[in-house]
Amino acid sequence: MTALPFLLLILATLAGYLLNRMAAGSIRANGARLHSMISYHGMFAALLVLVPVLTIILLWLAFEGPIIDRVVMSGLPDGLLDGQGDGALQLVLAEIKSISRGQIFGTPEDWKIAAADSYSALRTQSDWWMVAVVAGVSLAIIGFARSRVTAEFRARQGVERIVSGLMIFCSTVAVFTTIGIIVSLSYETVRFLDRVPLSEFLFGTNWEPQIPLREDQIAAEGAFGWLPVILGTMVITVVALFVAIPVGLLSAIYLNEFAPRKLRAVIKPVLEILAGVPTVVYGFFAVLVVAPAIRDLGQSIGIDVAPNTALAAGGVMGIMLVPFISSFADDALSAVPSSLRDAALGLGSTRAEMMTTVLFPAAIPGIVGGVLLAVSRAIGETMIVVMAAGLIAKMTINPLDSVTTVTVQIVTLLIGDTSFDNPKTLAAFALGMMLFLVTLMINVFALRIVRKYREAYD
Amino acid sequence: MYDTAKTESALEQTETKISARNVQVYYGDTHAIKDVNVEIEDKTVTAFIGPSGCGKSTFLRCLNRMNDTIDICRVTGDILLDGEDIYDPKVDPVQLRAKVGMVFQKPNPFPKSIYDNIAYGPRIHGLARGKAELDEIVEKSLRRGAIWDEVKDRLDAPGTGLSGGQQQRLCIARAIATEPEVLLMDEPCSALDPIATAQVEELIDELRQSYSVVIVTHSMQQAARVSQKTAFFHLGNLVEYGETGQIFTNPEDPRTESYITGRIG
Ligand SMILES: Nc1ncnc2c1ncn2[C@@H]1O[C@H](COP(=O)(O)OP(=O)(O)OP(=O)(O)O)[C@@H](O)[C@H]1O
Ligand SMILES: [Mg+2]
Repeated sequence: MTALPFLLLILATLAGYLLNRMAAGSIRANGARLHSMISYHGMFAALLVLVPVLTIILLWLAFEGPIIDRVVMSGLPDGLLDGQGDGALQLVLAEIKSISRGQIFGTPEDWKIAAADSYSALRTQSDWWMVAVVAGVSLAIIGFARSRVTAEFRARQGVERIVSGLMIFCSTVAVFTTIGIIVSLSYETVRFLDRVPLSEFLFGTNWEPQIPLREDQIAAEGAFGWLPVILGTMVITVVALFVAIPVGLLSAIYLNEFAPRKLRAVIKPVLEILAGVPTVVYGFFAVLVVAPAIRDLGQSIGIDVAPNTALAAGGVMGIMLVPFISSFADDALSAVPSSLRDAALGLGSTRAEMMTTVLFPAAIPGIVGGVLLAVSRAIGETMIVVMAAGLIAKMTINPLDSVTTVTVQIVTLLIGDTSFDNPKTLAAFALGMMLFLVTLMINVFALRIVRKYREAYD
Repeated sequence: MYDTAKTESALEQTETKISARNVQVYYGDTHAIKDVNVEIEDKTVTAFIGPSGCGKSTFLRCLNRMNDTIDICRVTGDILLDGEDIYDPKVDPVQLRAKVGMVFQKPNPFPKSIYDNIAYGPRIHGLARGKAELDEIVEKSLRRGAIWDEVKDRLDAPGTGLSGGQQQRLCIARAIATEPEVLLMDEPCSALDPIATAQVEELIDELRQSYSVVIVTHSMQQAARVSQKTAFFHLGNLVEYGETGQIFTNPEDPRTESYITGRIG
């Protein structure tokens, strides 16, 4: 049934296209000079039909359900449901719906059966109405579009306007999603700050979000200082970048400029595979291989190392980030015009001098892009940290200690039975908000730096 | 026959800077330079002329081994600089290129300041002791490149922000800042206006006092004005090589004549 309107839409679009194309074609055949090519006339009609009718169908499908529900519920006999709660009303509605689908349990009251009947009648009616509206609107638009076809009509401009409108719409989708995320995060964050003072959250050095869930439970008052958590994120991120940036950049430079072709043909795909490995697998690697190795090494030189360390998690995360940085850097280096290579070599610089003095500075924006992506990945990475770094928030910058990160805490706060009105769950949103602000600041900062030091070659 | 003998006797009087023997160049399967023999003299301007795609740039790039950077390019034969084979494994192409400088067909300034563009060569070769000396080199090179007056107030501005002709003169200045012994110029004036062209030609004439200059050009007048020797290339062959006056007034080969008079090319 829902397929019918879509079928109509496709037919109408095609019909509009062909009609206008043919109309324009016959004008041309009569010897007039057309402003736009005939395919633009066709496209104009097709888009004119497609966009509004598709919008109508989607809106109809979205609002049909809720509206019918309302109508059915208000059509129930008076007095039956007075004073009942929201949950009970939902139950009644669900029962009515399942009766209308033919799933009847026990013997329902007569008024429910009547309501179910009217429910299915309404649905059928609505579907037919939709078909009628779609057909009517399509016909009207086709007629309108057909009437516009003249030799002078600027169909190409019309098409360009519609398409650019679509593009504007698509590009704002991301913006509005971001705004939506910020708004919902802020809302929950404000609710969190009602319960926990801002100063405690920002400057507290204790993170113990265990709070009594029920009145009779005995537990300590929770502590919500985010410093140890963000410190953990920073320690792990720094460790990861210490591994990823040198390894990634040097491998990109080697591959781009020095590696023999054959070696490059092998290493590049391997690096790309590395980028596709799921983070859980990296987590295994960190727990089973790297962490014990670090611990053994520490013991052999007499240093006490925790079983879960920031070093293990961060180091493995660094390996995970290598392909990001190296492929971005490789692309950026390859994009530098070869005339600049020639210029440097022609002046008698070695390939290493050419790399450091010409190619690298010119490729900086792309390279920073890769590093930024790596930073965001490192800050947002959860799985490796859960597996290899631990859950205990500690105020430490020692990479040999176990730490926890913002993302891990968000996950643990939201796992299990949660209700959204206690500080424990709301703290997750506050942490998310802070994470958002931190990454935003890093990005702005990095863009500033790039703009200051870049050597633009075009 | 008679003319050739005269040319050879002239050759003996001046010192040979570069001599190429049986040079072949292949791009993959394309045979771009076919058995070229040429003696380029010191303190002389040599012009390479010929129709587009005949291999002038390719041969020029052989002389400072810039073809090494093209993977598919293969060079055989001997090219001697001051009697030493530049394709000998012992020779370091980096040092070779410091001695044999190049100005490319398309201007290619670095995306750095004008000052840093000129200072690039002197810096990597350690030609200047201290800032004052470097400043001096930069100014001298820019003056010789006939661009000093236009850029002296904005040495910190990016070289890529100059006009095409200014960029080309910047590249010429950059090449002479390293004090090469031979300067290879691939159509250095194709983006220049007549005034700048005249300045560059003056510069080339001045460079001749101390260097050997090889210039590729599509302008017959320019070749006639600046060069003492001219080589005419056609389809990868060196068709004729001799005194410039000789080539332009009394060419031996019918192909040279028809190119100079504008019938092929
Ligand atoms: N990088 C390259 N790869 C493959 N073939 C090349 C390459 N460079 C030049 N060639 C070929 O070698 C031949 C000679 O080219 P070259 O650039 O030396 O010509 P040219 O005489 O400098 O021409 P122009 O006057 O247009 O600059 C041409 O047929 C060209 O297609
Ligand atoms: Mg050329």
